Amino acid sequence: MRIFDPHIHMTSRTTDDYERMAAAGVRAVVEPAFWLGQPRTGVQSFVDYFDSLIGWEPFRAGQFGVRHHATVALNPKEANDPRCRPVLDVLPRYLDKDGVVAVGEIGYDAMTPAEDAALAGQLALAVAHDLPALVHTPHRDKARGVERTLAVVAESGIAPGRVLIDHLNEVTVDLVRDTGCWLGFSIYPETKMSPPRMVELLKAYGTERMLVNSAADWGRSDPLLTRATGEAMLDAGFDADDVDRVLWRNPVEFYGQSGRLDLTDLEDPAATFAGNSILRGGA
Amino acid sequence: MTPDRLRAALRGVPDPQWLDAALRRVATEPAAIPRYFAAAARRCGRGPVPDPPGWTVDEAARALLLTALPGGHATVAETLYREGDAAEKRAVLRALPLLPIGAECVPLLHDAIRTNDTRLVAAALGPYARHLEQPAWRQAVLKCVFAGVPLAVVDGLPDRADGELAQMLAAYAAERHAAGRAMPADATDLLDRLTTTTEA
Repeated sequence: MRIFDPHIHMTSRTTDDYERMAAAGVRAVVEPAFWLGQPRTGVQSFVDYFDSLIGWEPFRAGQFGVRHHATVALNPKEANDPRCRPVLDVLPRYLDKDGVVAVGEIGYDAMTPAEDAALAGQLALAVAHDLPALVHTPHRDKARGVERTLAVVAESGIAPGRVLIDHLNEVTVDLVRDTGCWLGFSIYPETKMSPPRMVELLKAYGTERMLVNSAADWGRSDPLLTRATGEAMLDAGFDADDVDRVLWRNPVEFYGQSGRLDLTDLEDPAATFAGNSILRGGA
Repeated sequence: MTPDRLRAALRGVPDPQWLDAALRRVATEPAAIPRYFAAAARRCGRGPVPDPPGWTVDEAARALLLTALPGGHATVAETLYREGDAAEKRAVLRALPLLPIGAECVPLLHDAIRTNDTRLVAAALGPYARHLEQPAWRQAVLKCVFAGVPLAVVDGLPDRADGELAQMLAAYAAERHAAGRAMPADATDLLDRLTTTTEA
């Protein structure tokens, strides 16, 4: 089973996790920029964090045979702190970097006017930099948050196929299913989704544009729940190709739209050209 | 290493027009370099070039972009290093000996040697490290041994290794021995050579 975790905060995890993930089949990850538990108070904290996402963390992952990419953004929670908002001015230089495969996580936390402005502004940045967007949905007032998110996405002019709406569940999946956006599901030990519930959603909605992630971070979470979901799919009668689609080919297709996903030596070696197999999806 | 040799090495890139246009633009409009520098690997490739040995396509392309600047090389190199991802930082370090900058960019070597990214530590010990003060250079060589970086990356090692480095290596060998661990073969060879020379 080859696994691409499309949303995991490896900065918060240990090398033991990398070892266990690699042993479980995780070959590639995308680490979205987000908050750190402790609120940040200024731009320079973000700069050091972003530098780590395109410097130290990919090196650390590489030591365990895991390919690491990132998404970069001002997250919704910290968009509410005026000391952090100037982060928007440093984003463009990060959105040019090879390891950055989307703008994210953007979206809503408490649905404030400041979050409205940050979401719309960063969707515009995604369009300007020809990048997909990873959109977080709020944990409180979730259904209305998803509706409002979809309205802002539609207004922005970004193609729905270049948007991933994340942290969906049984209540919110229908709101997104027919929009053309990709659907992300975070599998957690207690909150969010569980492997058996995820399998039920895959049975009901199929595997197209469906992404499964561990969203593991500094809270109670488990980087191996992607693997557990794949096994639960097999137990429920899905075949290995279905599992490969959800856990590998779907995230590769979504983030491949950046033109920057570098999976050299991880996929079919015949697909490389001059040591360069950067996937160029879309046009 | 010369810009001409790097240019020859890049004749086979998939899109030579992109690189030519980038080099022309940077020569007349230096402020345009960051975006070309960031995009060079995905536009040109990341594999090894056939010659010069030890260079990759992205390093060579980025080094050429730096040499194409009309002036202000040290300032631009520092900005590209400070704002670069790991591969961009590595390319700046490799380009330093090609640039008319004297010892101005030595602080970048200090920064790279402080990191735990072995690719940066290795890139900091190329020909430009001749500007590095001897104590910092010895520490960097020992860091290579400690981190498993082959000593072949250290430019001019046989000429520059001195008695003080031999003492540091011997002390480290004693620590490893006490812990029941082996020294890397290249470090043992260097220590043997230095000790023999001193005794001779």
